[in-house]
Formats: sequence, structure tokens, C-alpha cells
Amino acid sequence: MGRLGLRFVALGYLVVILVGPLLMMVWRTTEDLDGAWAAITAPDTVSAFKLTLLVTVIAVAVNTVFGIVCALVIVRGNIPGRGFLNAFIDLPLALSPVIVGFSLVVLYGASGWLSWFTDHGFEIVYATPSIALATIFVTLPFVAREVVPTLREIGTEQEQAAQTLGATGWQTFWRITLPSIRWAVVYGVVLTAARAIGEFGAVAIVSGNIVGKTQTATLRVEDAYQFSYGNYAPAYGISFVLAATAILVLVTMILLQPKGAKH
Amino acid sequence: MSISIRHVTKRFDDFLALDDVSVEVGSGSLTALLGPSGSGKSTLLRIVAGLETADAGSVSIDGVDVTGRPPQKRGVGFVFQHYAAFKHMTVHDNVAFGLRIRKRPKAEIEERVSRLLQLVQLDRFAKRFPSQLSGGQRQRMGLARALAIDPSVLLLDEPFGALDARVRAELREWLRRLHEETHTTTVIVTHDQDEAMEVADEVAVMSQGRIEQVGTPREVYERPENEFVMTFVGQAHRIGDAFVRPHDLEVTLEPNGATREVMVERIVHFGFSVRIDLVDAEGERLSVETTRDDAELLELETGQIIYVEAARQTMFT
Repeated sequence: MGRLGLRFVALGYLVVILVGPLLMMVWRTTEDLDGAWAAITAPDTVSAFKLTLLVTVIAVAVNTVFGIVCALVIVRGNIPGRGFLNAFIDLPLALSPVIVGFSLVVLYGASGWLSWFTDHGFEIVYATPSIALATIFVTLPFVAREVVPTLREIGTEQEQAAQTLGATGWQTFWRITLPSIRWAVVYGVVLTAARAIGEFGAVAIVSGNIVGKTQTATLRVEDAYQFSYGNYAPAYGISFVLAATAILVLVTMILLQPKGAKH
Repeated sequence: MSISIRHVTKRFDDFLALDDVSVEVGSGSLTALLGPSGSGKSTLLRIVAGLETADAGSVSIDGVDVTGRPPQKRGVGFVFQHYAAFKHMTVHDNVAFGLRIRKRPKAEIEERVSRLLQLVQLDRFAKRFPSQLSGGQRQRMGLARALAIDPSVLLLDEPFGALDARVRAELREWLRRLHEETHTTTVIVTHDQDEAMEVADEVAVMSQGRIEQVGTPREVYERPENEFVMTFVGQAHRIGDAFVRPHDLEVTLEPNGATREVMVERIVHFGFSVRIDLVDAEGERLSVETTRDDAELLELETGQIIYVEAARQTMFT
């Protein structure tokens, strides 16, 4: 036993839990490459990928800005309620995505408090806005959670030095604060993107799952699986693309990261 | 340019950091704010820089009231104890920062940065990052960065506090020479009385948010105005109602009417000077400082009984 045994246990665990299922999927994909390729290039699948991409870009953009602002308020602000904000920001991690989706439907749906939008021709539920909202909701904590500890660690002295050298608050943010937290932001963005691409539960409820319109890539996989009639090649093919994207993003981040950086 | 601090008060919650402090810093002088930790010296310096705001009172630089001005508009150079180096920028870019913010022409920036890097002997390190420098080098970079904006006053907050003794001594001397060349009004905060004595031409001794005494290093050492200054600036022993410096105690081997009987506890050699730690019959400790030659003549040994007498003493009423 000892260190070697511990390493064996850890690696074995990883293989069983993570690598095994992924390898199986890759293996199955290669069994019927033509079928998988046909499914990936089908117009409805391409449309699903495009929707997932759009929603991911929106969620990443919104939550990067929001996450940095939130982290600044939590660490640097001295307004009342920041402890509350700090605790509240983790809520999406604790809440089931299904409940998130359901609450959005209730809020924006037919007789909800915000049904005004739908009543005035601005469709939210069963349309792209609700998918974006649901995805933003479930990916909200990632950037803030990454940035908060880094912001604490760098302290305020560099910012004060910049101020004494004449930098305005805005200049200080762009030239000192943001470069100092950039790796935390990048990591947060990667986590946000990965989670956004993979989101299923909340989106399943709010989107309506209309093929070619409000069907995201993960919903497409579920569809291909449900209505496979014994032909799983489409499900494998689309899953393979999603998994490959996620792994590619992670690897890119590791390669980009300078030596000695956090994480 | 002169700095004038008038009736400044600052409170942090229940803690009174500065209590109606007034100090004048003469144009072109090098003034030390000397005091123990918690005496308010750093807070006072940060108020001059605009990094803290005073609850009451005013600060003028060169006759202009800057009390309400943000730090960006005060034109002060500030040097931090822990360097506050911009970690993601090279040494060159650190020093150029203030000039770039001021949108100076590129040629001027390059010329000025290279001159400053030469001044602080970091010209060979221009392309390095702060993490590749030693503490002393980082602080020299901090100084060059502060000087780059041609500050009206230079403020240093325990600048050498995080450095080892040898580098500290080097930088002190270097700061002294720099000041003699530039004559920029400089205020240095320190808790180290040797540093204040060596570097400054004016010392303001602070304690518990108040200024205890302002004067030349020699004045505060030789003519302390109160007990605190007497004991904080240099060593002093209380004998009865009087205070005596260790080098003002004379050692004799025979008693006379005015001497005090003590036992030699330890003899410490510092090269030129020797300190003799003593304890008297009541268990009270004192020490005598003398030259090595004088100590040798006495041929003292630990455990020996000797007699001391104050050659000079100070009393406060």
C-alpha cells in the first residue's frame, strides 16, 4: 500500500467513473462512423449546435461581467448586504436545474408575474430568451467563485500604487486589477462555457424542445436516444462532438496557462 | 515643497488613530515619522497621500489645500512597505506606468525610464518581472516608479521594513544620497529609531495618535521633551525619578556615596562598543555601554559586584 496504492485507487476511480464511459462512447461512435456523421451534419443537429453556441456565448458574456462585478463588490465593496450576496451567489449550485427551469416558466409563462413580455409579442418561454436565461442562471457562480479568492489574495496595494501614480478608477481596473485576475477569469469562463454547453434540465423545461428551433445540442442527444429504435449512432455522434469540445476547451486552457499560475 | 498638516483626526471604529495632529514638513527636507506600531504614523502618511481621508483637519502641499483631493490629483510619490509591484508588468513598464497614464510622448517616456533605471541601478533588469527580483531590487523599482512622475513630495511607508539588515543599511544610505541630489521633500515612516536618526534631518516622534516631539535627530535624542521620547529614541533606564542613557553610566570598582551596587550578569561585545548587562539587589536590570578599551581596563567578569553612577541624567516634571 502506501503512496503507490493510493495512486492506484485514485487512478482506478477516475477510469471507472470518468474515462470508462467516455471511452465506451468514443468506441461506439467509431463503430458506425457514417451514421454518426450523417446525424452530426443533419440540418436540425446543426441548428441545435448553433443554438447551444449562441446561448453559451450569451451566458459567458453576461456572467463574466456580472461575476467580476460581484466579486469586486464581495471583496472590495463596503456596502451592506455583501455577505448576503456572497452566500446567495452559490444558490444555482444547490438548486436543481429542473426547478430553475420550472420557476422561469412560472414567472414568464401565461399567468406569471412577467407574462407581460409574452402578451406583447416578445416570446420568452419556449424561445431562445428563456433558454439563455436558464443557462445564465445555472452558470452564474463560476466566474465570481474563481475571481473572489484571487482578488483577496492580490490585495489593494497595487491598486493604491496605481492611484498615487495618477490612474483613475477605470484605468486602475483595466491596467492593474483585470490583468491580475485574468487567469481566474479565464478559468471561470471555461467552467461557465462547459456548464452552458452541457446544461440539460433547466433548458429541457423552458425550451419546449422544438426540433430545429428551440432544441439545444444536449436536448438533441436526448431526442436521438429516445427515438433511436435501436440505432444509437446519431446519439453517439452528437455526444462525441460535445465531449470533444469540452475536452478541447480544458486542454487549451491548460496549454495557455503560464507556469506557476493558479489552478 | 512643504507639507502642512493641521489638526488631523482619524478614527477607525473605536480606535483613535490620529488625535488632532499638526506637523509642518519643510520644503526640501527629509522628515521621519518615528513611532511604535499603532502610533498612527502610517495613517498620517496615507492621509497626506490621499489614500485615507481624515475625519477632521486639513493637509496642504506647497500651500495648496489638498484635503478633499483624490490621490490621483495630489502628485505625490508613494513607496509601499511590501513594494506593491505591478506583478504582470516588467520593471520597465512598472516605472513607465505613471508617465503612460499621463500620456507623455513615447520618446520622453523611454528617456526618463532609462535614466531612472540607471539611477536605481536596475538598467540591466528592465525586461525582468518583479518576481525575478530580490526584495531590495523591488523596492528600488518602487522608488523609481514613484520618482518617474516627478512628484511634489515623496512619501515612504516603512520602505525598508521587509528587507534584511545589510540591504536595509545600503538602501538607507542610497536614499540619503538621492535626497541630497534631488532635494525632493521626503517623508519616511519608520519604527526603527536608527533608521530615522541615520536618514532624516528632522524627526517627528509619534505615540498613540499624537506627535510627541519634532526636532533634529540630535535634539530628540539629547533633549527629549518627555518620558516617551526619552525611552523610545535610544535606550534609557529609569533610576529613581531620573532617566539615564546606558552610555551615561560610569562603572567603578569601589563604591562612593552616590553609586549603586550591581552585579555583572553578561558582557556583550559589539566590536567597538561593549554592553554590560547588570542587575541590582532588588532584581532590577540595567545596562552600561562603553568602549571595548574601557571595558578591558576594568577586567570585568560575570558575577562580579561593581558600582555605577550616572554621569548625566534627565528628569521630567
